[in-house]
Amino acid sequence: MVDATANTREGAASGGSLLLTLMKARTFIALIAVVLFFSFAVPTFLSTANLILMSKHVALNAFLAMGMTFVIITGGIDLSVGSIVGLCGMVAGYLMLNGVDLLIGYTVYFNVIEIVAITLVVGTIIGAVNGLLITRLNVAPFIATLGTLYVARGAALLSSDGRTFPNLVGSVDIGNTGFGYLGAGRILGLPVSVWLLIVVALAAAYLARFTPLGRHIFAVGGNERAARVSGVRVDLVKMFVYMFSGFCAAIVGLIISSELMASHPATGESFELNAIAAAVLGGTSMSGGRGTIGGTIVGAFVIGILSDGLVMMGVSSFWQMVIKGLVIIVAVVVDQVQRRLQSRVTLMQMAKVG
Amino acid sequence: MIGNDDNIILKLEDVSKVYSGTVAVKQASFEVRRGAVNVLVGENGAGKSTLMKIIAGVEQPTLGRILLDGKEVSFASAGDAAAHGIAMVFQELNLFGNLSVAENIFATREVTNAVGKIDHREQNRRAALFLDRLQAGIRPDMLVEDLMIGQQQLVEIAKAVSLDARVLIMDEPTSALSAAEVEILFKVVADLKAQGVAIVYISHRLEELIRIGDTITVLRDGRVTGSELVKNIDTQWIVRQMIGSDAKDFAKADGHRPGEEMFRVEEICLPRATGGLAVDHVSLSLRGGEILGIYGLMGAGRSELFDCIMGRHSQSTGKVFLDGKEIRQRDTASRIRRGLALIPEDRQREGLVSILSVATNLTMSSLRRFASLFHINGKAERHAVDGMVKELSIKVADPVQEVSSLSGGNQQKVVIGKALLTKPKVLLMDEPSRGIDVGAKADVFRTMRRLSQEGLGILFATSDLDEVMALSDRIAVMSNGKLTGLFERSEATEDAVIAASALGHGPTEKTGETLHG
Repeated sequence: MVDATANTREGAASGGSLLLTLMKARTFIALIAVVLFFSFAVPTFLSTANLILMSKHVALNAFLAMGMTFVIITGGIDLSVGSIVGLCGMVAGYLMLNGVDLLIGYTVYFNVIEIVAITLVVGTIIGAVNGLLITRLNVAPFIATLGTLYVARGAALLSSDGRTFPNLVGSVDIGNTGFGYLGAGRILGLPVSVWLLIVVALAAAYLARFTPLGRHIFAVGGNERAARVSGVRVDLVKMFVYMFSGFCAAIVGLIISSELMASHPATGESFELNAIAAAVLGGTSMSGGRGTIGGTIVGAFVIGILSDGLVMMGVSSFWQMVIKGLVIIVAVVVDQVQRRLQSRVTLMQMAKVG
Repeated sequence: MIGNDDNIILKLEDVSKVYSGTVAVKQASFEVRRGAVNVLVGENGAGKSTLMKIIAGVEQPTLGRILLDGKEVSFASAGDAAAHGIAMVFQELNLFGNLSVAENIFATREVTNAVGKIDHREQNRRAALFLDRLQAGIRPDMLVEDLMIGQQQLVEIAKAVSLDARVLIMDEPTSALSAAEVEILFKVVADLKAQGVAIVYISHRLEELIRIGDTITVLRDGRVTGSELVKNIDTQWIVRQMIGSDAKDFAKADGHRPGEEMFRVEEICLPRATGGLAVDHVSLSLRGGEILGIYGLMGAGRSELFDCIMGRHSQSTGKVFLDGKEIRQRDTASRIRRGLALIPEDRQREGLVSILSVATNLTMSSLRRFASLFHINGKAERHAVDGMVKELSIKVADPVQEVSSLSGGNQQKVVIGKALLTKPKVLLMDEPSRGIDVGAKADVFRTMRRLSQEGLGILFATSDLDEVMALSDRIAVMSNGKLTGLFERSEATEDAVIAASALGHGPTEKTGETLHG
């Protein structure tokens, strides 16, 4: 959020043109537009209960989109996040129900905090595998993460033979109750998952703006060779972004399992596409080097509110898909127009200077 | 001068070309004769390539006329020029690696049958005719990416020859060729000449020009400074015309004495992808406060040497010592941390992240200095940026501006500033004055002087003879990956430096090994 406002401020300062400023703030304007539209079209839209429900929906996509944003800024793509969501949910469910059999007659059960930690590590490790494939073995990001997409999904299905792990309430005897808190708990009236989103988003936005690692992410995406010559450890930066993306996906896997109190191996299918859509809608450039966490969060809200609002209006899910697609296309077209306008304004300024 | 006007096929009259801000070619006149090799020489940035692009229709002249067969013409595009019988072999290869040799040769004018299907057999047959003349063992059905770089260059030449051009422009055609391949090329050139084709030939290798050229035109700073028949001149004449006598502003030497040896490289080697060594057992040492100029022609291995020193090639071998201690870490980041810094030759591709701001680019290598733990101290960073902008007199309204909005000279200063912010002990500058205007050049040279006075060791590579003679405390000369000469400034002469830079080059390999090391 911080970034989106900074973006508009920058635009107002440097741009001589109002149009340019409007275009830069397009995602924000789109957000206001969908909120306004649905608050008239759907009477219960602005009710507290509905807003909270929607923000829970949005949070899931927003987590994935943040991870995706960093990946895309470095010039890559991560198609495996949906599968990581599914696999991580299964890992959590398996550990809740079965624990780990040590093969010597004992089975170790973990408490909820340990299970959460293990699941997050699993997600991060899958991200690390992506990173290693890309940096060490020079596999194109699209292909590497497509591979892990299948492997992780297959592993999720294998873990339960395709069945759901039901009823993850845990038992007092083993001491692993309380898994539901993540999905159903509230702090000050807001769902835990939304609080988590706020924390992770602030951390990610801070990382992007105020740390050397954040700068290096942009440098790698803007010009990888120049970054390397400048002493940026490009491979480490790439490892980080894929690991962070896996970490975000693991969070989503945990939240969904916790909300449903069950783990289903098909959870998260095609989530990666929604995440990419949110990032692109938020102004992240697929060619790398440009993007903000704030923009991505706003993009996730636009997509989430759009789909929830359309459901409430009773629009058929087929039409919803068409509308979502159109919104994304328009967003990218406006992005291109803005770039061209921007470079023309810059050239004119240069010409004026002499 | 050169008489006999009836043989002139193409004539440029007072042609000028202005790019945003810089004048690349100033009122140049150039005549191209039928059945002759018309040589064009000049230093890097003298405007040769621009002039050729004007002839080939890639660029349009801002002012002036082009006369073809005595009639004024204007070419809207390269295709337009090709339709008039003008073909060009570009210095950068313009081939499709994923297509076969024949498909490359006939790209955009495929041989098709009645229904528009490409007739591969006929294409291969015709391509074989051209390839046979080049005797390079290239089959028409080979994929271009499987060929060695020299063979690719020959394919490029075959492609141009296959156009049956009346005017054939060759921009450094021998830069990637082996001695044997150069001989073949010269035979092809002689054939074409006999057929009455007008050849425009650009090269840096002076002996080569003397050998095959008929007329020669010298360009300097976008102007034609001389035009003669090759039989009337010698290399001395060419060099004089190329360099001229106009004084460039090279900031005076301050007379300080370099200190102790601070930096040394031993036996640096880098294998070339196509076989052989791009850097061939080079050893050098540098004293504190010394400016060591490395002179050499294109492809002499200067940039590659710098890349090896910075740890950019994992296959390179050899040792690097700083302050008497060997630097064992092989990655660029560690070497920068130890006190080495590189200003790369290609500003756009390796020097700058053009979509980021001036400030971000400046501090990219030195962020650790402004970060405590992981937080970048914005105030300290801004302070350093402002300091560097002032120190190097970078002309920028606000450092948050995108770096791509600056002029070439100011962009170069940003690259230098980025290196200086890492507080280096040794600065490697690869063609630091390339593509920047006179004022910015003078600034860069002044900065080099000041830094050396402060005790920095500077290694700079250049193919500008003036520059290397005026700025260096010592001059090293490289040719074909080898160090072929090392002179104290007091004993260096232009002739000796040029002679050393030509060793091991060209079709005759006879002097290649004699001065090694």
